[in-house]
Amino acid sequence: MRATARLVARVDRRGQTVLAELRGESPLLLRQVPAPGGGVTVYVVGGAAGPLAGDYLRLDVEVGPGAVVRVHTVAASVALPGRPDAVSRTLVRATVAERAALTWLPEQLVAAAGCAHVADSRVAVAAGGTLHWRDELICGRHGERPGNIEINTWVDLDDRPLLRQSLAVGPNAAGWAGPAVLAGASATGSLLIVDPARPAQSAAVCGTRARLPLAGGPATLWSATAPDAHTLREYLEPDSAMDTIAASAGG
Amino acid sequence: MATPTMLLLLADGRFPAGAHAHSAGLEAAVAAGRVTDLTTLAEYLSGRLATAGLVAAAFAAAARGVAWSAGRSAALARLDAELDARTVSPAQRSVSRRQGRALLRAGRRIWPAVTFDDLPTAADGPHQPLVLGLVGAAAGLDPGQVATVAAHATVTGAASAAVRLLGLDPYQVQGLLVRLAATCDATAARAARAAEEPPERLPAAAAPLADIHAEAHATWEVRLFAS
Repeated sequence: MRATARLVARVDRRGQTVLAELRGESPLLLRQVPAPGGGVTVYVVGGAAGPLAGDYLRLDVEVGPGAVVRVHTVAASVALPGRPDAVSRTLVRATVAERAALTWLPEQLVAAAGCAHVADSRVAVAAGGTLHWRDELICGRHGERPGNIEINTWVDLDDRPLLRQSLAVGPNAAGWAGPAVLAGASATGSLLIVDPARPAQSAAVCGTRARLPLAGGPATLWSATAPDAHTLREYLEPDSAMDTIAASAGG
Repeated sequence: MATPTMLLLLADGRFPAGAHAHSAGLEAAVAAGRVTDLTTLAEYLSGRLATAGLVAAAFAAAARGVAWSAGRSAALARLDAELDARTVSPAQRSVSRRQGRALLRAGRRIWPAVTFDDLPTAADGPHQPLVLGLVGAAAGLDPGQVATVAAHATVTGAASAAVRLLGLDPYQVQGLLVRLAATCDATAARAARAAEEPPERLPAAAAPLADIHAEAHATWEVRLFAS
């Protein structure tokens, strides 16, 4: 199955964020929902199971100057095996203009046994733009070893590289479950916050989660491994991640 | 192509660039109880090679690739920014730059006729793989050989630290390295191929726990290794 979807947000003459374009096709359907406060909230509504190996799903998000957009998904995606030797791919391309804000908080991605999946994200944030971007991976459904999955997150800030992360798990990724990479944790993820208005914070660590100021701008990555999906989410909630780490690490 | 001896000299842990002071993250993994014996060490080395080893080798090979180019200053600056974006832990960025500074000091003394002045001038030093690329060029190594030196250093540094930290049998640890040799060569070959791509497409293999451990390790008051 191949599907593309596109979301374009602008600011109207009254200063409100409006959707200049919102279109998708099954299984990549976009629905705007009423949201308190400014900005727009859009849900990605999965119209089918998957992604199944062989699927190619692409979502383009364009947040124009001053616009505020939040994107969620209604449910976890489960990467599943499909035709032999086929790979499923998702590509999310997002641009965030100056004074604009994009919050990307999808539900978790689950790598089922036998899956072959590549999830690419390419995000470009202009100077003065704000980004909240969360990636969460659950390695296998309950009691299951995951198939091959690769999550590539490429973020530029002001046309300079900010974040390049390629996380690979599964039979083809040597040592992924070992002590150098995940040490048997079945859940891992990160929350990137690019926000020129936030005061800079030092690095801090607490157990298997860390707050990591990045080199390329006013940006911080919260990175964590966890024994399960629920704990990982606790670690990476945008509102609490920073506070719990700060309280436990004294910084 | 460098002479075999030149390759061995650069790969030797006794090359005066301070490699012996680093455990490639192993000290923190041992302290966390995640590496305890030969089996877990083997898993550690394998994961390390596939992540930090691949990235370091690719960047070293890429730096070697631009070593004699006209736009080398701009190319190295670009590689420096790309490597920063792949090194999310501030502690690991700092370690890479301090190791780069130590290697640069050695390179300048050993090859006084070669200029290293085009390296990025960050306050705490240029990233180690970039310096390795230029030192490798000075020694006559090609990108594949530079990648081999980098991949080899990833596993040998951690392995010799394991002997000290865990009191493992040195023969058994060396046997582990011998069994990893083909994987190490394959990683270097993959890195050298990847290094021909534009800088933004170089490998970015992530190891979340290594980043987290590196930050914890940096806060210790007493430690045997600098990283």
